[in-house]
Amino acid sequence: MTKKLDDIVKHNICKTIFFVVFVLMTSTAFAKALDVESKTVTIALTAEPPDLNSLRATDQISFFVIEHVMDGLLAYDEQGVLIPALAKKWQLDESGVTFYLRENALWSDGKAVTAHDFVFAWRTVLKPETASRYAFILAPIKNAEKITAGELDSDSLGVEALDEFTLRVRFERPCPYFLSLTTFPTYFPVREDFYNNQGEKYFSDIKNMIFNGPYVLSKWVHGASLRFEKNPNYWNKENIKINVINVPYITADPNVTFNLFRNNEIVLAALDTDTIKFALQERMLIKKFILGAVFYVEFNHRQNHISANKNFRKAVQHVFDPEELVNKVIGLPGNKVAYSIFPTWLEGEKEKFYKEHPPLKIKKDTALAKSYLEKARQELKLEKIPPIVLLTGDSQIANKEAEYFQAMLKETLGLEIKIDKQIFKQRLAKMSAGEFDMVLAGWGPDYNDPSTFGDLHYSKNATNHGKYNNAQYDFWVRHAMNNTEVSERMKAFSEMQKIIFEDAVLLPKFERGIVYVQNPQLKGVTRRIFGGDPSFRYAYIEEAEK
Amino acid sequence: MLNYIFKRLLYGLITVWFIASATFVAMHSVPGNPLANDKAMNPEIRKNLEAKYGLDKPLHQQYFIYLGNMLQGDFGISFTQQNRSVNSIIKEHFPVSALLGIFAIFFATAGGIAFGALAALYKNRWPDYVLVVFVVLCISIPGFVFAAMFQLLLVKLNQYLGYSILPIAGWGSVWHLLVPSLILGLGTMAYLTRLMRSSLLEIEKSAYIKTAQAKGLTKRQIFFKHQLRNAVLPLVTVLGPAIAAITTGGFVVELVFAIPGLGRYFVEAVHQMDYTLIMGTTVFYGTFLVLMVLLVDILYGFVDPRIRVVKS
Repeated sequence: MTKKLDDIVKHNICKTIFFVVFVLMTSTAFAKALDVESKTVTIALTAEPPDLNSLRATDQISFFVIEHVMDGLLAYDEQGVLIPALAKKWQLDESGVTFYLRENALWSDGKAVTAHDFVFAWRTVLKPETASRYAFILAPIKNAEKITAGELDSDSLGVEALDEFTLRVRFERPCPYFLSLTTFPTYFPVREDFYNNQGEKYFSDIKNMIFNGPYVLSKWVHGASLRFEKNPNYWNKENIKINVINVPYITADPNVTFNLFRNNEIVLAALDTDTIKFALQERMLIKKFILGAVFYVEFNHRQNHISANKNFRKAVQHVFDPEELVNKVIGLPGNKVAYSIFPTWLEGEKEKFYKEHPPLKIKKDTALAKSYLEKARQELKLEKIPPIVLLTGDSQIANKEAEYFQAMLKETLGLEIKIDKQIFKQRLAKMSAGEFDMVLAGWGPDYNDPSTFGDLHYSKNATNHGKYNNAQYDFWVRHAMNNTEVSERMKAFSEMQKIIFEDAVLLPKFERGIVYVQNPQLKGVTRRIFGGDPSFRYAYIEEAEK
Repeated sequence: MLNYIFKRLLYGLITVWFIASATFVAMHSVPGNPLANDKAMNPEIRKNLEAKYGLDKPLHQQYFIYLGNMLQGDFGISFTQQNRSVNSIIKEHFPVSALLGIFAIFFATAGGIAFGALAALYKNRWPDYVLVVFVVLCISIPGFVFAAMFQLLLVKLNQYLGYSILPIAGWGSVWHLLVPSLILGLGTMAYLTRLMRSSLLEIEKSAYIKTAQAKGLTKRQIFFKHQLRNAVLPLVTVLGPAIAAITTGGFVVELVFAIPGLGRYFVEAVHQMDYTLIMGTTVFYGTFLVLMVLLVDILYGFVDPRIRVVKS
């Protein structure tokens, strides 16, 4: 009896195991980085896209996906120059802008993309119940801010469809950089009937999606894989050279992505301090790219903090050498030493902003710094400067940096630094509550205009964590805001740059860059500061030499 | 028996309620805001978001709303993945962790029994010593070291062979499962090896083995029929918690091998202060653990008559 039972159990277990193994084995083969014939490239993403709904998306991964499945009014080309996308032409003036849409642009179900899709999208973004974090990026449009605040109905937004293919936008105040804003996913069109049918499920799964861009998302297994296939309805499909973008891996571990690259399973891999050594050893071609964000030490300007004293800040400013920090301490190639909150890629009037308005540089001078510190001590009527709290994140690099500041300030100025290491959300909480004297901070731009950096220390800005408050500075922020004359605006940004330096509002450290390796047969991948990065819109596979 | 199960289930329910409440309190006492991000929001947008997630209500009200929804099996919408419900996240990703866990348990028990038997058979001879070193290494070296090491080895092996013998990361076929589940099972395997070895050696001295020897059975027969069968019993006790630990604790392995399991979401949720996802996964894992322990207790009664529940 027991024997028989045993047999049955064994038999069933064997059958089940066999079945499971069989199912799994037949499902997929391993990926290959490049397939010349089917024009397929395989990549890895660092995270699952958290929210692909263009009305609410805020993060780089979601932007990457949206970049490949959606078009906006304008787009950036390979060189980062604005070119027509859904809008074939436009007229911009002080009061607003009129877009003339192309008539051959279609949604993936075959219906035309119309001006109404933009009106609906923009109104929906601003509605309080949508609770979109990026609602503020629509602020230049008339009444936008009042709608977010619930003071006005979304119908009162300064945008209207003059006909099927003409879109008129009225400004709240002049906005000379408005065209670049339209490349941002929050500005992308949304089809009203489709959106209303899907409700909360809009863009949560492939069956709830509709596309108008170069690719359609044909597969999405949450947390595991995605697959993009060329959109047969795309208006510009002749110029899309890659047929399939395959994403079978989602992992945040740079070692893993590098191993996948070595194993020829993916075409791109970002490098960190560890993996770059192997890449160099194996003589791989290493590429660089500036991400656009600027990192700096922010001081707390609230009155009850020592860092509110200008002489104290000047003292720290005069012993800090960003070159030493970036090259010797962090030592990650790709990062670029920064001397200003306005990064070097920003455009000025005729050439780059930093060339027209070069930032002032500090010459390290410990003796001068000590005299500043002495002045600060006297002004504050202190026997001795008490320990200074340096708030920082918990990454490896943040650690290194914090320890560098601790040692350097001790050695040069005899300052006692208390490092307050916090995980992401806690650090943010302490930053907004002002529980720090100095904090390792950074800022990634939202749009292609110096004001995205200049506005940071405007007294009313919510991200002004140090609560810097300077009437002169605010004047120049408003001057740039209310002017359309490029030269006047650049003058204003230059003045802000000077104040930040003179007043030692913050200490610029570096512009964040990444180093990465890329399959040499793959060409034309565009790395970009704004919108989805990397972009495969212009990519192509070079046939191997025979 | 039914009475016993019912009572245990009731205790389990209280445990889960306690876990839920403790997590709720702990989560809300930690400084930080789930809505906070690199970019500070202007007050209007913040207000809209708080209203959406019910964070504008007083804390005790949030607690009761939460408990009410939980009783209906609804854990709410994730903060970080705004259009996915916590329920669907668990539903989609737990099976992945579970499958990985089942394979790992399989490796762990098969390996543990085999190695334990081997060590007992060759007690104080070289195979025993080798296994002792192996066991100590597996218990003391953390999983992420093994994971990274194995992956690098695979890369080198594939490079040497010129083709992929096994994938180094990803999910989708049984080949993707082999290495990660082996690594995930290593710790438990080592533990089981130890347990198996000592339990075999203990049995060796018992009376029924002597009887079997006296009956004239061969060494082989004694080992497989009497020793091994009886020695496996204690393993069942540790298996319950081990199953729960393995199916829920695969975070690092899931990360290194890019496997879309629930463990990753669980840990990320804490970092991101994703309130609903933290609550959902904690309560889910808590319930799972409670059920596993209960299951083992019941099973153990069947396996070993000495600890069966009797009517008093």
